Amino acid sequence: MIGEAHDVAVEPPSIILGIETSCDETAAAIVRDGREVLSSVVASQIDIHARYGGVVPEVASRAHVEAIIPVVAEALAEAGIDHVDLDAVGVTHGPGLIGALLVGVSAAKALSLAWEVSLIGVNHLEAHLYAAFLEEPDLEMPLVILLVSGGHTMLVVMEDHLRYRVLGSTLDDAAGEAFDKVARHVGLGYPGGPIIDRLSTNGDPEAIRFPRAMMSDGWDFSFSGVKTSVVNHMRRHPDTDVGDLVASFQEAVADVLVTKARRAAREEGARGICLAGGVAANSRLRERVREVCELDGLRAFLPDREMCTDNAAMVAAVAWHRLCADGPSALDLGAFPSLRLPTI
Amino acid sequence: MIRCETSGVEGTRGIAAAVAALVQDGDLITLSGGLGAGKTTFAQGLAGALGVTDRVTSPTFTLANRYHGRLVVNHLDVYRVNGAAESRDLGIDELLDDGVTLIEWADVIMAALPPDRLDVRFGFGEGDDDRRLEFEFEFGGGQWSGRASALMATLEPWAATPRGSSC
Repeated sequence: MIGEAHDVAVEPPSIILGIETSCDETAAAIVRDGREVLSSVVASQIDIHARYGGVVPEVASRAHVEAIIPVVAEALAEAGIDHVDLDAVGVTHGPGLIGALLVGVSAAKALSLAWEVSLIGVNHLEAHLYAAFLEEPDLEMPLVILLVSGGHTMLVVMEDHLRYRVLGSTLDDAAGEAFDKVARHVGLGYPGGPIIDRLSTNGDPEAIRFPRAMMSDGWDFSFSGVKTSVVNHMRRHPDTDVGDLVASFQEAVADVLVTKARRAAREEGARGICLAGGVAANSRLRERVREVCELDGLRAFLPDREMCTDNAAMVAAVAWHRLCADGPSALDLGAFPSLRLPTI
Repeated sequence: MIRCETSGVEGTRGIAAAVAALVQDGDLITLSGGLGAGKTTFAQGLAGALGVTDRVTSPTFTLANRYHGRLVVNHLDVYRVNGAAESRDLGIDELLDDGVTLIEWADVIMAALPPDRLDVRFGFGEGDDDRRLEFEFEFGGGQWSGRASALMATLEPWAATPRGSSC
């Protein structure tokens, strides 16, 4: 029904400010009509967190407070617009770290009140699903989307705009979490994903056969076992080449993700497979998705790396779709650390 | 102190389920040990035995998850938290008011935790592919001391030899 309304509704042109503070990026973006990115600014805290080996909640919240206003101002300046040109403010209100989320939500409420524009609460997971649409607004659906990040691993079928079914998700660790933990265990630093990606190019992905948990079993994922296998392998073979180790680990994770997404696309009659979330920036995962899509006559949608990781343009895009479909949120909008993807 | 040994995930879940039969509102249980040692598995077993039907996943990213079973289960992970001072933001004292609270990677914030708690340390055994987990139960204070002998009895099937009995 939402899909139908979307097709026939007269959608007013609108310029939306998106705000994202759910984890370790403070981001703001200006997007026109849910598809045209006028600006997208991301102030990363990765340098700060690298010193601690991970996201530190209190540091994250404090850094968001310091960055939020300059980042919003920069997004407006880069877009070449004034706040009077805005029609709405969209903000991530979950899932994420509660302290971090509250910074964005509070700022968005204040701006919405002061500038007399609509407020729209956006689900962070839904925002990731929309990242690809910013590059290709007319993507054909149904679409199988593999949402893989530090906190999430989900296999989603997007039937139409704002209409999703979650086929499966992780039973234990998220894929990105496994990357981070393996990297830290091996002593490679933070963030683990890009480091493992880079080191893997010098390693043999077939050197060690790590387990592919649940590869042909249902739609859920489990990455706890492969993480433990890496630990056990290190204990038994402390002299293993690090390149071989991480390349083999990465291969095992990519293998499971791609095998399931491919099977989902086949069974769901999808037009393509789309990657979303921070782990979607992984070179080997992108390469594998491209390969299977070519073999199966599907389209592979691989958003630019900056659209895969947390940004506010995808938040503004969803805010526009939600504004058209559901109208604005109330000013008592809350922040929800465990918010789930709205499904049909 | 009670030492237990298991040879895999099911054993860890079994031990957790046995502990679940003894937990009470307000209990704090810390879970410490290396990567892949069984902390989340233990949390899954304990929550499941308390009637939690939601999927219990790693709280590393979200820091704190809350589940509802026979008791409320607060599942925390301080892997990303830098020391005791920063753990204050997690609001552990408030969480303790309601249900049983499990904290993974708790060793880094132990100093900031109330003394009334059950500390569970997870280690690896000699095993290669077979995962062999070793548990040490310690009684930190009054809340648990009355249940020491019951805990020892319920964990008997997994007890390692020789078994300590310092409590």
